[in-house]
Amino acid sequence: MTAENPSPESPAVAAIRSRWPDAVRDVAVNAGQFRVTIPREKLIEILTALRDDPVLKFDFLVDLTAIDLSPAVPRFRMVYVLRSMTRREELVLKCEVPEDDCRVPSAHELYRCVNAMERECYDMFGIHFTGHPDLRRILMPEMFTDFPLRKDFPMVGKMSDQEWAEWIVARAQRTEGDPA
Amino acid sequence: MSTPAPATTAGFSTSFERQKGPGGEEHMILNMGPSHPSTHGVLRILLELDGEVIVRAEPDVGYLHRGMEKIAEVYGYNKFVPYTDRFDYLAPIANNVAVVSAVEKCAGIEIPERARMLRLVCCELGRISAHLLGIGAFAMDIGALSVFLYSFQQRENIYNFMEALTGARFTVSWTRVGGCARDLPPGWVDGVKRFVKDFPQRIERDVEGLLTTNRIWVDRLKGVGVMPRDVAISYGLTGPSLRASGVEWDLRKEQPYLGYENFDFDIPVGEVGDAYDRYLVRIEEMKQSARILQQALDRIPEGPINVDDKKIVLPGKREVLTSMEQLIHQFMVVTEGPELGPAERYFGVENPKGELGFYVDADGTGRPRRMRVRGPSFMNIASFPYALKGSMLADVVAILGSFDFVMGECDR
Repeated sequence: MTAENPSPESPAVAAIRSRWPDAVRDVAVNAGQFRVTIPREKLIEILTALRDDPVLKFDFLVDLTAIDLSPAVPRFRMVYVLRSMTRREELVLKCEVPEDDCRVPSAHELYRCVNAMERECYDMFGIHFTGHPDLRRILMPEMFTDFPLRKDFPMVGKMSDQEWAEWIVARAQRTEGDPA
Repeated sequence: MSTPAPATTAGFSTSFERQKGPGGEEHMILNMGPSHPSTHGVLRILLELDGEVIVRAEPDVGYLHRGMEKIAEVYGYNKFVPYTDRFDYLAPIANNVAVVSAVEKCAGIEIPERARMLRLVCCELGRISAHLLGIGAFAMDIGALSVFLYSFQQRENIYNFMEALTGARFTVSWTRVGGCARDLPPGWVDGVKRFVKDFPQRIERDVEGLLTTNRIWVDRLKGVGVMPRDVAISYGLTGPSLRASGVEWDLRKEQPYLGYENFDFDIPVGEVGDAYDRYLVRIEEMKQSARILQQALDRIPEGPINVDDKKIVLPGKREVLTSMEQLIHQFMVVTEGPELGPAERYFGVENPKGELGFYVDADGTGRPRRMRVRGPSFMNIASFPYALKGSMLADVVAILGSFDFVMGECDR
Protein backbone atom coordinates (compact mmCIF):
# COMPACT_ATOMS: atom_id res chain seq x y z
CA MET A 1 0.00 0.00 0.00
CA THR A 2 1.42 3.36 -0.93
CA ALA A 3 0.30 6.94 -1.27
CA GLU A 4 2.99 7.85 -3.77
CA ASN A 5 1.16 9.08 -6.83
CA PRO A 6 1.73 11.74 -9.47
CA SER A 7 0.06 15.11 -9.01
CA PRO A 8 0.60 18.60 -10.44
CA GLU A 9 3.90 20.17 -9.50
CA SER A 10 3.97 22.75 -6.71
CA PRO A 11 5.08 26.35 -7.34
CA ALA A 12 8.14 25.79 -5.17
CA VAL A 13 9.34 22.83 -7.21
CA ALA A 14 8.67 24.74 -10.42
CA ALA A 15 10.67 27.70 -9.08
CA ILE A 16 13.64 25.50 -8.18
CA ARG A 17 13.46 23.86 -11.60
CA SER A 18 13.43 27.17 -13.46
CA ARG A 19 16.19 28.85 -11.44
CA TRP A 20 18.51 25.86 -11.08
CA PRO A 21 17.67 23.58 -14.01
CA ASP A 22 20.57 21.24 -13.28
CA ALA A 23 20.01 21.08 -9.55
CA VAL A 24 16.80 19.07 -9.40
CA ARG A 25 17.94 15.48 -9.35
CA ASP A 26 14.73 13.86 -8.27
CA VAL A 27 11.18 14.89 -7.40
CA ALA A 28 8.74 12.70 -5.52
CA VAL A 29 5.41 13.44 -3.91
CA ASN A 30 3.37 11.93 -1.12
CA ALA A 31 -0.22 13.23 -0.93
CA GLY A 32 0.68 16.82 -1.78
CA GLN A 33 4.04 16.96 -0.01
CA PHE A 34 6.89 17.27 -2.51
CA ARG A 35 10.39 15.98 -1.95
CA VAL A 36 13.15 17.47 -4.04
CA THR A 37 16.67 16.08 -4.14
CA ILE A 38 19.32 18.71 -4.80
CA PRO A 39 23.12 18.62 -4.81
CA ARG A 40 24.90 19.43 -1.58
CA GLU A 41 26.82 22.35 -3.13
CA LYS A 42 23.61 24.19 -3.98
CA LEU A 43 21.92 23.52 -0.62
CA ILE A 44 22.53 26.82 1.15
CA GLU A 45 21.88 28.83 -2.00
CA ILE A 46 18.52 27.16 -2.56
CA LEU A 47 17.53 27.28 1.13
CA THR A 48 18.31 31.01 1.23
CA ALA A 49 16.40 31.68 -1.97
CA LEU A 50 13.37 29.73 -0.78
CA ARG A 51 13.34 31.59 2.52
CA ASP A 52 13.73 35.06 1.02
CA ASP A 53 11.57 34.67 -2.06
CA PRO A 54 8.64 37.11 -1.65
CA VAL A 55 6.20 34.65 -3.23
CA LEU A 56 7.39 31.29 -1.91
CA LYS A 57 8.28 32.55 1.59
CA PHE A 58 9.44 29.35 3.26
CA ASP A 59 9.87 31.17 6.55
CA PHE A 60 9.66 28.18 8.93
CA LEU A 61 12.12 25.32 9.17
CA VAL A 62 10.07 22.48 10.60
CA ASP A 63 12.68 19.81 10.83
CA LEU A 64 16.20 18.91 9.89
CA THR A 65 17.46 15.37 10.05
CA ALA A 66 19.32 12.66 8.21
CA ILE A 67 18.58 9.14 7.06
CA ASP A 68 21.09 6.32 6.99
CA LEU A 69 20.45 4.45 3.74
CA SER A 70 23.20 1.88 4.13
CA PRO A 71 24.16 -0.33 2.40
CA ALA A 72 23.20 2.08 -0.40
CA VAL A 73 25.76 4.54 -1.74
CA PRO A 74 25.87 7.47 -1.05
CA ARG A 75 25.12 6.43 2.47
CA PHE A 76 23.40 9.42 4.09
CA ARG A 77 20.63 11.68 3.03
CA MET A 78 19.93 15.03 4.66
CA VAL A 79 16.29 16.02 5.03
CA TYR A 80 15.10 19.61 5.44
CA VAL A 81 11.37 20.08 5.99
CA LEU A 82 10.41 23.64 5.09
CA ARG A 83 7.08 25.33 5.55
CA SER A 84 5.56 28.48 4.19
CA MET A 85 3.21 29.82 6.84
CA THR A 86 1.46 32.17 4.43
CA ARG A 87 0.93 29.63 1.66
CA ARG A 88 0.51 26.62 3.97
CA GLU A 89 2.84 24.50 1.88
CA GLU A 90 5.39 22.02 3.11
CA LEU A 91 8.41 21.08 1.05
CA VAL A 92 11.06 18.48 1.76
CA LEU A 93 14.54 19.22 0.47
CA LYS A 94 16.98 16.35 0.40
CA CYS A 95 20.63 16.06 -0.45
CA GLU A 96 22.91 13.11 -0.55
CA VAL A 97 25.99 12.83 1.65
CA PRO A 98 28.64 10.18 0.97
CA GLU A 99 30.16 8.36 3.92
CA ASP A 100 33.78 9.16 3.06
CA ASP A 101 33.04 12.90 2.91
CA CYS A 102 30.48 13.33 5.67
CA ARG A 103 30.09 17.08 5.38
CA VAL A 104 27.16 19.40 4.82
CA PRO A 105 27.31 23.19 4.80
CA SER A 106 25.67 24.56 7.94
CA ALA A 107 22.44 26.54 7.59
CA HIS A 108 22.68 28.13 11.02
CA GLU A 109 22.58 31.65 9.60
CA LEU A 110 19.21 31.08 7.96
CA TYR A 111 17.10 29.94 10.90
CA ARG A 112 17.91 30.23 14.60
CA CYS A 113 16.63 26.73 15.38
CA VAL A 114 19.22 25.15 13.06
CA ASN A 115 21.95 25.42 15.67
CA ALA A 116 20.36 22.84 17.97
CA MET A 117 19.01 20.69 15.13
CA GLU A 118 22.38 20.35 13.44
CA ARG A 119 23.98 19.52 16.75
CA GLU A 120 21.49 16.70 17.19
CA CYS A 121 22.08 15.48 13.66
CA TYR A 122 25.83 15.45 14.24
CA ASP A 123 25.31 13.68 17.55
CA MET A 124 23.19 10.93 16.04
CA PHE A 125 24.77 10.45 12.60
CA GLY A 126 28.23 11.99 12.76
CA ILE A 127 27.50 14.31 9.87
CA HIS A 128 29.80 17.29 10.06
CA PHE A 129 28.23 20.69 9.45
CA THR A 130 30.92 22.98 8.09
CA GLY A 131 30.65 26.48 9.47
CA HIS A 132 28.56 25.52 12.49
CA PRO A 133 29.69 27.73 15.40
CA ASP A 134 29.37 25.15 18.17
CA LEU A 135 29.19 21.61 16.84
CA ARG A 136 29.07 19.50 19.99
CA ARG A 137 27.03 16.52 21.09
CA ILE A 138 23.67 17.56 22.47
CA LEU A 139 21.75 14.46 23.62
CA MET A 140 24.49 11.89 24.12
CA PRO A 141 27.18 12.34 26.78
CA GLU A 142 30.33 14.14 25.73
CA MET A 143 32.58 11.10 26.13
CA PHE A 144 30.41 9.04 23.79
CA THR A 145 32.37 8.05 20.71
CA ASP A 146 29.80 6.44 18.38
CA PHE A 147 26.86 7.76 16.40
CA PRO A 148 23.82 5.84 17.61
CA LEU A 149 21.38 6.31 14.73
CA ARG A 150 23.79 4.87 12.18
CA LYS A 151 22.60 1.49 11.05
CA ASP A 152 25.83 -0.20 12.14
CA PHE A 153 25.31 0.88 15.76
CA PRO A 154 23.68 -2.06 17.53
CA MET A 155 20.51 -1.87 19.55
CA VAL A 156 22.19 -3.43 22.58
CA GLY A 157 25.65 -2.46 23.78
CA LYS A 158 28.72 -3.60 21.93
CA MET A 159 30.83 -4.23 25.04
CA SER A 160 30.54 -7.19 27.37
CA ASP A 161 29.90 -6.67 31.08
CA GLN A 162 33.61 -7.23 31.75
CA GLU A 163 34.60 -4.60 29.19
CA TRP A 164 32.08 -2.16 30.67
CA ALA A 165 33.52 -2.65 34.14
CA GLU A 166 37.03 -1.98 32.84
CA TRP A 167 35.83 1.06 30.93
CA ILE A 168 34.19 2.54 34.02
CA VAL A 169 37.34 2.00 36.11
CA ALA A 170 39.46 3.55 33.37
CA ARG A 171 37.21 6.57 33.19
CA ALA A 172 37.34 7.04 36.94
CA GLN A 173 41.15 6.98 36.80
CA ARG A 174 41.17 9.42 33.87
CA THR A 175 39.08 12.03 35.65
CA GLU A 176 40.76 11.65 39.04
CA GLY A 177 41.75 15.00 40.42
CA ASP A 178 39.62 16.73 37.81
CA PRO A 179 36.09 16.96 39.21
CA ALA A 180 34.75 18.72 36.09
CA MET B 1 34.47 5.07 12.10
CA SER B 2 35.74 7.16 9.22
CA THR B 3 34.28 10.43 10.24
CA PRO B 4 35.80 13.88 10.26
CA ALA B 5 36.70 15.12 13.69
CA PRO B 6 34.11 17.46 15.19
CA ALA B 7 34.76 21.16 15.15
CA THR B 8 35.16 21.13 18.90
CA THR B 9 34.93 18.25 21.28
CA ALA B 10 35.00 20.52 24.28
CA GLY B 11 32.25 20.16 26.85
CA PHE B 12 30.33 22.86 28.59
CA SER B 13 32.93 23.21 31.26
CA THR B 14 35.49 24.47 28.78
CA SER B 15 33.36 26.00 26.04
CA PHE B 16 31.34 27.98 28.52
CA GLU B 17 34.17 30.25 29.47
CA ARG B 18 33.65 33.12 31.77
CA GLN B 19 33.65 36.44 30.02
CA LYS B 20 34.23 39.86 31.45
CA GLY B 21 31.76 42.71 31.19
CA PRO B 22 32.48 45.91 29.27
CA GLY B 23 33.70 47.59 32.45
CA GLY B 24 35.98 44.65 33.26
CA GLU B 25 33.66 43.35 35.95
CA GLU B 26 33.72 39.64 36.76
CA HIS B 27 30.78 37.51 35.64
CA MET B 28 29.55 34.61 37.68
CA ILE B 29 28.66 31.21 36.25
CA LEU B 30 25.64 29.61 37.91
CA ASN B 31 24.67 26.04 37.25
CA MET B 32 20.92 25.47 37.43
CA GLY B 33 19.68 21.90 37.47
CA PRO B 34 19.60 19.20 36.25
CA SER B 35 17.39 18.40 39.22
CA HIS B 36 15.84 21.76 39.86
CA PRO B 37 12.10 21.61 40.69
CA SER B 38 11.21 24.18 38.05
CA THR B 39 12.86 22.27 35.22
CA HIS B 40 9.98 19.74 35.08
CA GLY B 41 12.31 16.86 34.51
CA VAL B 42 16.04 16.97 34.10
CA LEU B 43 17.23 20.09 32.35
CA ARG B 44 20.48 21.80 33.16
CA ILE B 45 20.95 25.45 32.36
CA LEU B 46 24.23 27.27 32.62
CA LEU B 47 23.78 30.91 33.41
CA GLU B 48 26.37 33.63 33.18
CA LEU B 49 25.40 36.41 35.52
CA ASP B 50 26.34 40.04 35.80
CA GLY B 51 25.00 40.72 39.27
CA GLU B 52 21.47 39.42 38.97
CA VAL B 53 21.13 39.97 35.23
CA ILE B 54 21.59 37.02 32.90
CA VAL B 55 24.24 37.74 30.29
CA ARG B 56 24.22 34.33 28.68
CA ALA B 57 22.24 31.16 29.12
CA GLU B 58 22.86 27.76 27.66
CA PRO B 59 20.53 24.80 28.12
CA ASP B 60 22.10 21.36 28.44
CA VAL B 61 19.69 18.63 27.44
CA GLY B 62 19.90 14.88 26.97
CA TYR B 63 19.59 13.56 30.51
CA LEU B 64 16.41 11.71 29.53
CA HIS B 65 17.60 10.45 26.15
CA ARG B 66 16.35 6.91 25.57
CA GLY B 67 17.01 6.49 21.86
CA MET B 68 13.37 6.50 20.81
CA GLU B 69 14.16 6.89 17.13
CA LYS B 70 16.47 3.90 17.20
CA ILE B 71 13.82 1.88 19.04
CA ALA B 72 11.28 2.73 16.33
CA GLU B 73 13.64 1.41 13.65
CA VAL B 74 13.97 -1.91 15.45
CA TYR B 75 10.48 -2.50 16.87
CA GLY B 76 8.19 -1.37 14.08
CA TYR B 77 5.09 0.77 14.00
CA ASN B 78 2.64 -0.74 16.48
CA LYS B 79 5.24 -1.74 19.02
CA PHE B 80 6.51 1.83 19.01
CA VAL B 81 3.16 3.21 20.20
CA PRO B 82 3.80 2.44 23.92
CA TYR B 83 7.08 4.36 23.67
CA THR B 84 5.24 7.44 22.47
CA ASP B 85 3.41 7.53 25.79
CA ARG B 86 6.74 8.65 27.21
CA PHE B 87 7.25 11.65 24.94
CA ASP B 88 4.91 14.25 26.34
CA TYR B 89 3.81 12.20 29.28
CA LEU B 90 1.20 14.75 30.29
CA ALA B 91 -0.92 13.95 27.25
CA PRO B 92 0.17 10.43 26.26
CA ILE B 93 -2.92 9.74 24.19
CA ALA B 94 -2.21 12.73 21.95
CA ASN B 95 1.24 11.28 21.18
CA ASN B 96 -0.31 7.89 20.35
CA VAL B 97 -2.63 9.59 17.91
CA ALA B 98 0.21 11.66 16.45
CA VAL B 99 2.48 8.74 15.64
CA VAL B 100 -0.14 6.54 14.04
CA SER B 101 -1.59 9.51 12.15
CA ALA B 102 1.84 10.14 10.65
CA VAL B 103 2.28 6.49 9.69
CA GLU B 104 -1.21 6.31 8.21
CA LYS B 105 -0.75 9.54 6.29
CA CYS B 106 2.56 8.29 4.94
CA ALA B 107 1.11 4.97 3.81
CA GLY B 108 -2.19 6.43 2.61
CA ILE B 109 -4.44 4.58 5.06
CA GLU B 110 -7.86 6.14 5.64
CA ILE B 111 -9.32 5.26 9.03
CA PRO B 112 -13.08 4.96 9.66
CA GLU B 113 -15.08 7.97 10.69
CA ARG B 114 -15.74 6.69 14.21
CA ALA B 115 -12.05 6.10 14.87
CA ARG B 116 -11.25 9.63 13.72
CA MET B 117 -13.84 11.14 16.02
CA LEU B 118 -12.70 9.06 19.00
CA ARG B 119 -9.11 10.12 18.39
CA LEU B 120 -10.17 13.75 18.18
CA VAL B 121 -12.05 13.53 21.48
CA CYS B 122 -9.05 11.91 23.16
CA CYS B 123 -6.63 14.48 21.72
CA GLU B 124 -8.67 17.32 23.17
CA LEU B 125 -8.93 15.59 26.55
CA GLY B 126 -5.15 15.21 26.42
CA ARG B 127 -4.75 18.90 25.64
CA ILE B 128 -6.87 19.90 28.62
CA SER B 129 -4.90 17.51 30.84
CA ALA B 130 -1.51 18.82 29.67
CA HIS B 131 -2.44 22.49 29.98
CA LEU B 132 -3.94 21.95 33.43
CA LEU B 133 -0.71 20.48 34.70
CA GLY B 134 1.37 23.02 32.79
CA ILE B 135 -0.43 25.95 34.40
CA GLY B 136 -0.64 24.26 37.80
CA ALA B 137 3.08 23.52 37.93
CA PHE B 138 3.85 26.97 36.52
CA ALA B 139 1.86 28.62 39.30
CA MET B 140 3.49 26.35 41.86
CA ASP B 141 6.95 27.42 40.66
CA ILE B 142 5.96 31.05 41.06
CA GLY B 143 4.65 30.33 44.56
CA ALA B 144 0.89 29.95 44.10
CA LEU B 145 0.56 26.43 45.42
CA SER B 146 -3.22 26.05 45.56
CA VAL B 147 -3.76 26.30 41.79
CA PHE B 148 -1.86 23.06 41.35
CA LEU B 149 -4.23 21.27 43.71
CA TYR B 150 -7.34 22.58 41.96
CA SER B 151 -6.03 21.78 38.50
CA PHE B 152 -5.02 18.29 39.57
CA GLN B 153 -8.55 17.77 40.85
CA GLN B 154 -9.75 18.35 37.30
CA ARG B 155 -7.03 16.19 35.77
CA GLU B 156 -8.13 13.34 38.00
CA ASN B 157 -11.38 13.18 35.99
CA ILE B 158 -9.42 12.84 32.75
CA TYR B 159 -7.28 10.09 34.26
CA ASN B 160 -10.50 8.27 35.17
CA PHE B 161 -11.80 8.61 31.61
CA MET B 162 -8.52 7.24 30.27
CA GLU B 163 -8.65 4.33 32.67
CA ALA B 164 -12.18 3.46 31.58
CA LEU B 165 -11.27 3.70 27.90
CA THR B 166 -7.82 2.15 27.75
CA GLY B 167 -7.30 0.25 30.99
CA ALA B 168 -4.39 2.47 32.00
CA ARG B 169 -4.48 5.84 33.66
CA PHE B 170 -1.17 7.17 32.44
CA THR B 171 0.55 5.06 29.78
CA VAL B 172 -2.47 4.50 27.62
CA SER B 173 -1.02 3.08 24.33
CA TRP B 174 -4.46 3.27 22.81
CA THR B 175 -3.97 3.66 19.08
CA ARG B 176 -2.88 1.14 16.46
CA VAL B 177 -1.99 1.67 12.84
CA GLY B 178 -5.38 1.65 11.14
CA GLY B 179 -7.55 2.36 14.14
CA CYS B 180 -7.81 2.11 17.91
CA ALA B 181 -7.27 -0.66 20.41
CA ARG B 182 -10.60 -0.43 22.22
CA ASP B 183 -14.01 1.03 21.65
CA LEU B 184 -15.79 3.30 24.13
CA PRO B 185 -17.07 1.65 27.32
CA PRO B 186 -20.76 2.17 28.12
CA GLY B 187 -21.55 5.50 29.74
CA TRP B 188 -18.19 7.04 28.83
CA VAL B 189 -19.61 9.75 26.58
CA ASP B 190 -22.10 10.87 29.22
CA GLY B 191 -19.35 11.09 31.82
CA VAL B 192 -17.16 13.22 29.58
CA LYS B 193 -20.17 15.39 28.72
CA ARG B 194 -20.79 16.08 32.40
CA PHE B 195 -17.13 16.93 32.91
CA VAL B 196 -16.96 19.22 29.89
CA LYS B 197 -20.17 21.01 30.83
CA ASP B 198 -18.84 22.46 34.10
CA PHE B 199 -15.21 22.58 33.05
CA PRO B 200 -15.04 26.20 31.75
CA GLN B 201 -16.71 27.53 34.91
CA ARG B 202 -14.38 25.51 37.11
CA ILE B 203 -11.35 26.86 35.26
CA GLU B 204 -12.64 30.39 35.62
CA ARG B 205 -13.22 29.96 39.32
CA ASP B 206 -10.29 27.79 40.39
CA VAL B 207 -7.50 28.90 38.07
CA GLU B 208 -8.32 32.21 36.46
CA GLY B 209 -9.94 33.57 39.61
CA LEU B 210 -6.73 32.92 41.50
CA LEU B 211 -4.24 34.03 38.86
CA THR B 212 -5.33 36.21 35.94
CA THR B 213 -5.75 39.46 37.87
CA ASN B 214 -3.57 38.46 40.81
CA ARG B 215 -1.19 41.35 41.44
CA ILE B 216 1.83 39.17 42.21
CA TRP B 217 1.16 36.84 39.25
CA VAL B 218 0.83 39.73 36.80
CA ASP B 219 3.92 41.50 38.14
CA ARG B 220 5.98 38.35 37.87
CA LEU B 221 4.92 37.53 34.30
CA LYS B 222 4.25 40.73 32.39
CA GLY B 223 7.08 41.70 30.10
CA VAL B 224 9.15 38.66 31.12
CA GLY B 225 10.72 36.36 28.54
CA VAL B 226 9.42 38.28 25.54
CA MET B 227 9.67 36.41 22.23
CA PRO B 228 9.00 38.76 19.30
CA ARG B 229 7.07 37.35 16.37
CA ASP B 230 9.94 36.92 13.90
CA VAL B 231 12.28 35.47 16.53
CA ALA B 232 9.66 32.93 17.57
CA ILE B 233 9.24 31.81 13.96
CA SER B 234 12.98 31.65 13.37
CA TYR B 235 13.47 29.52 16.49
CA GLY B 236 10.83 27.11 15.25
CA LEU B 237 8.57 27.60 18.25
CA THR B 238 5.19 25.95 17.88
CA GLY B 239 2.04 25.59 19.91
CA PRO B 240 0.99 28.06 22.60
CA SER B 241 4.52 29.50 22.78
CA LEU B 242 4.30 30.55 19.12
CA ARG B 243 0.73 31.78 19.29
CA ALA B 244 1.49 33.93 22.34
CA SER B 245 3.92 35.83 20.09
CA GLY B 246 1.04 36.85 17.85
CA VAL B 247 1.38 34.20 15.15
CA GLU B 248 -1.99 32.72 14.36
CA TRP B 249 -0.78 29.25 13.46
CA ASP B 250 -2.50 26.10 14.61
CA LEU B 251 -2.22 22.94 12.56
CA ARG B 252 -5.79 22.07 13.52
CA LYS B 253 -6.88 25.08 11.46
CA GLU B 254 -4.12 25.37 8.87
CA GLN B 255 -3.74 21.74 7.87
CA PRO B 256 -6.83 20.10 9.36
CA TYR B 257 -6.50 16.45 10.31
CA LEU B 258 -8.93 14.11 12.12
CA GLY B 259 -11.78 16.28 10.82
CA TYR B 260 -10.98 19.42 12.84
CA GLU B 261 -12.29 21.48 9.90
CA ASN B 262 -15.85 20.47 10.86
CA PHE B 263 -15.69 22.10 14.27
CA ASP B 264 -16.26 25.61 15.43
CA PHE B 265 -13.42 26.87 17.61
CA ASP B 266 -11.10 29.86 17.93
CA ILE B 267 -7.33 30.09 18.02
CA PRO B 268 -6.25 32.34 20.90
CA VAL B 269 -3.33 34.60 20.03
CA GLY B 270 -1.17 36.74 22.30
CA GLU B 271 0.08 40.24 21.61
CA VAL B 272 3.48 40.72 23.20
CA GLY B 273 4.82 37.21 23.48
CA ASP B 274 5.69 37.42 27.18
CA ALA B 275 5.11 34.83 29.87
CA TYR B 276 1.72 36.31 30.74
CA ASP B 277 0.54 35.93 27.14
CA ARG B 278 1.65 32.32 27.11
CA TYR B 279 -0.39 31.74 30.25
CA LEU B 280 -3.49 33.42 28.79
CA VAL B 281 -3.22 31.46 25.53
CA ARG B 282 -3.16 28.18 27.45
CA ILE B 283 -6.19 29.11 29.55
CA GLU B 284 -8.18 30.03 26.47
CA GLU B 285 -7.05 26.90 24.62
CA MET B 286 -8.48 24.72 27.37
CA LYS B 287 -11.83 26.45 27.02
CA GLN B 288 -11.72 26.03 23.26
CA SER B 289 -10.92 22.35 23.71
CA ALA B 290 -13.99 22.05 25.92
CA ARG B 291 -15.95 23.73 23.14
CA ILE B 292 -14.68 21.22 20.57
CA LEU B 293 -15.52 18.37 22.94
CA GLN B 294 -19.06 19.63 23.45
CA GLN B 295 -19.59 19.55 19.70
CA ALA B 296 -17.76 16.27 19.11
CA LEU B 297 -19.39 14.20 21.83
CA ASP B 298 -22.81 14.60 20.21
CA ARG B 299 -21.50 13.65 16.80
CA ILE B 300 -19.64 10.37 17.39
CA PRO B 301 -20.89 8.13 14.58
CA GLU B 302 -21.55 4.42 14.84
CA GLY B 303 -19.38 2.01 12.92
CA PRO B 304 -16.08 0.17 13.04
CA ILE B 305 -13.01 1.61 14.79
CA ASN B 306 -10.47 -0.17 12.58
CA VAL B 307 -9.83 -0.31 8.87
CA ASP B 308 -11.08 -3.41 7.14
CA ASP B 309 -7.65 -4.63 6.06
CA LYS B 310 -6.39 -7.60 8.02
CA LYS B 311 -2.86 -7.04 6.79
CA ILE B 312 -2.80 -3.88 8.91
CA VAL B 313 -5.03 -4.55 11.92
CA LEU B 314 -5.46 -7.76 13.86
CA PRO B 315 -8.36 -9.95 12.69
CA GLY B 316 -10.97 -10.96 15.26
CA LYS B 317 -10.24 -13.97 17.42
CA ARG B 318 -13.20 -15.95 16.06
CA GLU B 319 -11.96 -15.51 12.49
CA VAL B 320 -8.44 -16.46 13.48
CA LEU B 321 -9.68 -19.71 14.98
CA THR B 322 -11.82 -20.63 12.00
CA SER B 323 -9.95 -19.33 8.95
CA MET B 324 -6.45 -20.29 7.82
CA GLU B 325 -5.95 -16.99 6.00
CA GLN B 326 -6.85 -14.89 9.04
CA LEU B 327 -4.53 -16.99 11.18
CA ILE B 328 -1.68 -16.14 8.80
CA HIS B 329 -2.65 -12.47 8.89
CA GLN B 330 -2.64 -12.48 12.67
CA PHE B 331 0.76 -14.16 12.73
CA MET B 332 2.20 -11.63 10.32
CA VAL B 333 0.71 -8.56 12.04
CA VAL B 334 2.05 -9.72 15.42
CA THR B 335 5.51 -10.85 14.33
CA GLU B 336 6.33 -8.50 11.45
CA GLY B 337 3.82 -5.71 12.02
CA PRO B 338 1.90 -4.02 9.23
CA GLU B 339 4.13 -3.84 6.16
CA LEU B 340 3.91 -0.33 4.77
CA GLY B 341 5.49 1.60 1.96
CA PRO B 342 7.73 2.25 0.24
CA ALA B 343 6.72 5.82 1.07
CA GLU B 344 8.11 8.69 3.06
CA ARG B 345 6.62 11.84 4.42
CA TYR B 346 6.72 14.42 7.17
CA PHE B 347 3.51 14.81 9.11
CA GLY B 348 2.97 16.94 12.19
CA VAL B 349 -0.01 17.36 14.47
CA GLU B 350 -0.86 20.06 16.98
CA ASN B 351 -0.03 18.58 20.36
CA PRO B 352 -0.46 20.44 23.66
CA LYS B 353 3.20 21.56 23.69
CA GLY B 354 3.39 22.35 20.00
CA GLU B 355 3.89 20.55 16.75
CA LEU B 356 4.79 16.91 17.29
CA GLY B 357 5.95 15.76 13.87
CA PHE B 358 7.24 12.50 12.48
CA TYR B 359 9.34 12.01 9.39
CA VAL B 360 8.47 8.45 8.46
CA ASP B 361 10.59 6.64 5.90
CA ALA B 362 8.78 3.36 5.31
CA ASP B 363 10.70 0.95 3.14
CA GLY B 364 8.06 -1.71 2.59
CA THR B 365 8.88 -3.86 5.61
CA GLY B 366 7.21 -3.93 8.99
CA ARG B 367 9.77 -1.51 10.38
CA PRO B 368 10.48 2.06 9.33
CA ARG B 369 13.92 2.77 7.92
CA ARG B 370 13.81 6.05 9.76
CA MET B 371 11.32 7.50 12.20
CA ARG B 372 12.40 11.00 13.04
CA VAL B 373 10.57 12.62 15.95
CA ARG B 374 10.31 16.39 15.98
CA GLY B 375 9.66 17.13 19.61
CA PRO B 376 8.26 20.63 20.12
CA SER B 377 9.89 20.95 23.54
CA PHE B 378 13.32 20.49 21.93
CA MET B 379 12.80 23.58 19.79
CA ASN B 380 11.26 25.51 22.69
CA ILE B 381 14.26 24.79 24.88
CA ALA B 382 16.63 25.68 22.04
CA SER B 383 15.20 29.21 22.21
CA PHE B 384 16.23 29.70 25.85
CA PRO B 385 19.50 31.49 25.05
CA TYR B 386 17.36 34.23 23.56
CA ALA B 387 14.43 34.07 25.99
CA LEU B 388 16.58 34.21 29.14
CA LYS B 389 19.13 36.76 28.00
CA GLY B 390 18.82 40.08 29.77
CA SER B 391 16.26 38.96 32.33
CA MET B 392 16.75 38.73 36.07
CA LEU B 393 17.81 35.51 37.77
CA ALA B 394 14.46 35.30 39.59
CA ASP B 395 12.63 35.40 36.24
CA VAL B 396 14.23 32.17 35.04
CA VAL B 397 11.65 30.10 36.86
CA ALA B 398 8.82 32.17 35.39
CA ILE B 399 10.17 31.86 31.86
CA LEU B 400 10.78 28.12 32.16
CA GLY B 401 7.26 27.59 33.50
CA SER B 402 5.69 29.71 30.80
CA PHE B 403 7.25 27.64 27.99
CA ASP B 404 5.75 24.52 29.57
CA PHE B 405 8.23 22.02 28.13
CA VAL B 406 8.48 18.33 28.86
CA MET B 407 11.90 16.71 28.92
CA GLY B 408 10.61 13.31 27.83
CA GLU B 409 9.78 14.86 24.50
CA CYS B 410 12.84 17.06 24.27
CA ASP B 411 15.38 14.29 24.87
CA ARG B 412 13.33 11.46 23.36
